Amino acid sequence: MVSAQEKAWAAAAAVPDPEIPCVTVADLGILREVVIEDGVAVARVSPTYSGCPATSFIEAAIGEALRRAGFEARIERVMSPPWTTDWITGEGREKLRAYGIAPPAEGSNAKRALFGETTVTCPRCGATDTEKISEFGSTPCKAQYRCRACCEPFDHFKCI
Amino acid sequence: MKDENLFNALIELADDHSILCHRLGEWCGHAPILEEDLALTNMALDLIGTARNLYTYAAEIEGRGRSEDDLAYLRNERQFRNLLMVERPNGDFAHTMLRQLFFAAFMEPYWQAALESRDETLRGIAGKAVKEMGYHIRHAGEWVIRLGDGTEESAQRMQAAMEALHIYVDELFHSSPAAEAAALAGLLPERGALRTAWLENITPILAEARLELPEAPNPQIGGRAGLHGEDLGHILCEMQYLQRSHPGATW
Repeated sequence: MVSAQEKAWAAAAAVPDPEIPCVTVADLGILREVVIEDGVAVARVSPTYSGCPATSFIEAAIGEALRRAGFEARIERVMSPPWTTDWITGEGREKLRAYGIAPPAEGSNAKRALFGETTVTCPRCGATDTEKISEFGSTPCKAQYRCRACCEPFDHFKCI
Repeated sequence: MKDENLFNALIELADDHSILCHRLGEWCGHAPILEEDLALTNMALDLIGTARNLYTYAAEIEGRGRSEDDLAYLRNERQFRNLLMVERPNGDFAHTMLRQLFFAAFMEPYWQAALESRDETLRGIAGKAVKEMGYHIRHAGEWVIRLGDGTEESAQRMQAAMEALHIYVDELFHSSPAAEAAALAGLLPERGALRTAWLENITPILAEARLELPEAPNPQIGGRAGLHGEDLGHILCEMQYLQRSHPGATW
């Protein structure tokens, strides 16, 4: 017997990220929880970056998914504690890599990783001889890298 | 209003972020290289995100039904409370990078200290912003070093940026009465206490860039009292045009 809460979670968790559709909001760890309060499915969601333009879109998509699953829905934005790339699940990391985006290293929200040099593995050939082209890319969460071994450019999901 | 001092202190911070965001946005399509076009607009996005969080919270504290948009678009320049530094025209790329370093090198320890705020919403806003300011410092710092210790021309331009901007540094450490009260209440950090942390952030960068921070016997201050240069009015003309021309427009 699947409880209403589990059903609501399953509906919300399956929503893909609009900018990186290979991963879901659950894979990214931005869907904190879904609870049933007075018959309303309340989804608590954390933004990735302060100004991530996908935040409102993601919230709307989760609300829509819950309503399609037959729930009355409410979205609450949770700022504290702040989201970190450490909350991306193992499965999410593997999906990112398969999609061609080098996933952030685990334990990456440490200040050392934020400021220091970390090894980024090429998602295409697995080589670690890579270089940063730009700390900023097509979305706030990605940096641009290049692999010196296979010479391919790739995106790296930044560690924050 | 629940807490007028906190409201005013939040408006000051929000205005800093939204005006600097607007300045960075002016580089869109004009940056010297494509990677920088992306970088500057990405960082503008961080700033507008923080500004939105702050305006939204200020509106909630005020409790008069104003929205983040009302606060950003329907106040005139005398009601804006941003630091003078952030409204200064972009100048060249060196000028923009040095201003960015000065600002981020202050906001990083500011948000770090705000993680200890008694207010949970502010801790949440700070938790996001502190990480973003970390890479803003790194990005601007790398450019300040590259240009300051670069060619004869780049070094000259960086030196000119330093001469133009150093008189605005002191205002970073000034507190308005509202900010002072919010600090006393344990809600926001005491700005004056962050001078050492700011210097620790910029000193190694300036040393490597062969730059010195000159003394500023007559620092420029006034933004927190609504006393701005001519430049702010020009920013607002552009930034507020749509809401002023089509009041209440939404999409």
